[in-house]
Amino acid sequence: MKNKELALIANNARQECIKTLFLSKSGHTAGPLGMADVFTVLYYDHLRVDPMNPEWEGRDYVFLSNGHICVIWYVTLANRGFFEKTHLWSFRKVNSLLQGHPHSGPIPGVENSGGPLAQGLSQAVGAALALKRDGKRNRVYCCCSDGEHQEGQAWEAAMFAGNNKLDNLTFIMDRNFIQIDGFTEDVMPLEPLAAKFQAFNWHVITIDGHNLKQIKKALKKAEKIKGKPTIILAKTIPGKGVKEMENQPKWHGMPPNEEQASRALQELTSERQQLEKRRWV
Amino acid sequence: MHAPLDNENKKALRDGFGEGMMVLGETNQKVVALCADLTGSDRLTKFQAQWPHRFVEVGVAEQNLAGIGAGMARVGKIPFTASFAVFHPGRSWDQIRVSGCYSKNNLKIYGGHAGITVGEDGATHQALEDVGIMRVLPNMTVICPADATQMKKATIAAATHPGPVYLRGGREKQPQTTLEDADFVIGKAEKLRHGKHVTIIAFGVMVREALLAAAALEKRKISALVLNMHTIKPLDVNAIIDAAHETGAIVTAEEHQVNCGLGSAVAEVLAEHIPTPQVRVGVKDTFGESGTAASLMDKYGLRAVDIVAAVEHVLERKRKNKLPSITPATKNARKPMKKKRKKTKKTVKRARKPAKKKPSRKAKKSKKREKSSRNARKKAAKKRARKAVKIRKTKKHVKRKKARKPAKRNVRKKR
Repeated sequence: MKNKELALIANNARQECIKTLFLSKSGHTAGPLGMADVFTVLYYDHLRVDPMNPEWEGRDYVFLSNGHICVIWYVTLANRGFFEKTHLWSFRKVNSLLQGHPHSGPIPGVENSGGPLAQGLSQAVGAALALKRDGKRNRVYCCCSDGEHQEGQAWEAAMFAGNNKLDNLTFIMDRNFIQIDGFTEDVMPLEPLAAKFQAFNWHVITIDGHNLKQIKKALKKAEKIKGKPTIILAKTIPGKGVKEMENQPKWHGMPPNEEQASRALQELTSERQQLEKRRWV
Repeated sequence: MHAPLDNENKKALRDGFGEGMMVLGETNQKVVALCADLTGSDRLTKFQAQWPHRFVEVGVAEQNLAGIGAGMARVGKIPFTASFAVFHPGRSWDQIRVSGCYSKNNLKIYGGHAGITVGEDGATHQALEDVGIMRVLPNMTVICPADATQMKKATIAAATHPGPVYLRGGREKQPQTTLEDADFVIGKAEKLRHGKHVTIIAFGVMVREALLAAAALEKRKISALVLNMHTIKPLDVNAIIDAAHETGAIVTAEEHQVNCGLGSAVAEVLAEHIPTPQVRVGVKDTFGESGTAASLMDKYGLRAVDIVAAVEHVLERKRKNKLPSITPATKNARKPMKKKRKKTKKTVKRARKPAKKKPSRKAKKSKKREKSSRNARKKAAKKRARKAVKIRKTKKHVKRKKARKPAKRNVRKKR
């Protein structure tokens, strides 16, 4: 898919995230806006999935380990046709399909229940192992956050995947440098992340998580790496697209109020107009 | 109903697990085994040798063990994740809760070396809370077989049972308790012995102790019903209610904390359905210590003699419960009410009795009048009561409406 189309889809996804979060009056804002580009490229350009048949055996599996950014997952799945878009408007409300953190089973396209951090990583690794041992071609993707790599389980999973040479596995880390209590490097430094993963026998690709071309290229490169799992360290701006939310830890777990939402939507709409005018290569 | 108590066919629960896994390896291609550096202890060495591509060594990482298992279940495998019960589920409870139970993943957890019979390793390695932390999880099935024979059947049954299952294993060898050809159905208690006076409900190694206790009690002309409650969740509620009904006294016996295990589960059923005297045998809110399995079972009160003592205790309470002098507390409280009722009943009866004997017209008419006037008085009283209620209700309504209206207006204005 062309970059212009992907950029417009990502912009649309950001707007829908804002709307969903405004209606739910609770949820996480910064992470979903930051990962909009990655999710758009994944679901519109890269994955082998069938929205009409979410349990298709030949599908690529997507796990979301940092479950709190699930709004962007839900929005992308809904736009892609996995379920009715109207479900978005009841996000986090009682009797709703869309839980505050992902619940696998009832929601089409959602492979894992997540929220308690690092659990998705182990599950993705387990799925990749089973598929690889059966000689299947399905690939496994796991979106995760940087902060969750402070959990011990994250490194248990990394060690296991490296040891088992799971080259059908790709992690995409939302490296946005924030967590609830502040900036990751202040709370509990994670750097040097790339060296850490390399030491665990991983192939590491560092990219700008908002550059569609780089995201596409990294995902394709990861497929070609043999004998190692790959992690894409996608450097993102939390709250990307809305100036007042960008790079602010306080927007990690806060929904926008009416004024903030309308300001954000205005900003994103004007960005959309610029995207349409812009010359795309 | 059960194997002879003096048999010499000694095996540990973990041997049964290993045998069950070998059967599954042959019969079910979806079954895979995962272990956290305890392959030999959990009796998976043969499985590993026979089907290396279906065996996964996770290393000393129990949280990852549960997660990897859940991930494999997601792509259609039936993973059996094995470690010691203190570590798995002990260290991986959150992973089992979210990656396993919440997602209804087909995760089969084997918690080996459970209970105080681990012995010399001491309190850190004696899982006495595992059944409690597993039975509180929605979608979970908790199975604690009585011996190796039953563990083999339980392992095989777990593979085809949908959703997460917890299997509780053990290290200590003990004589066979259940019969080779006995049926094993998940969620269905096994009646090992009939009895009239008391019921002993047990799981795991305590089933054998319960049978020994029942044999000892028989000599004293106390007949004890013995239930092997191998499934703690879903609990066989009907079996417990029937047993309570038949015997009127319950003793539970478990190699586990009495606070959250079988004793608690049975107490919950009895309290809700059929209040019955119960005494719990088990570890009483304390940690274990190092020692041989046998010496620890003696010290921590997990022997047939302890069950016998508990039976004596519960039978004493059963006897006292039957005596009217022990239960007047509630009667006293209700006395004035009953007196009033009795009076009215008596007057009615007095009026009726002569009427029955002599059904003369006059008597009938006067009785009718009496009745109708009484009814009229009652009706009038009821009407008054209803009116009072209505007035109260309408007053409340008015108050509520007044309180609500301005709030609504405000909302509309804002929009």
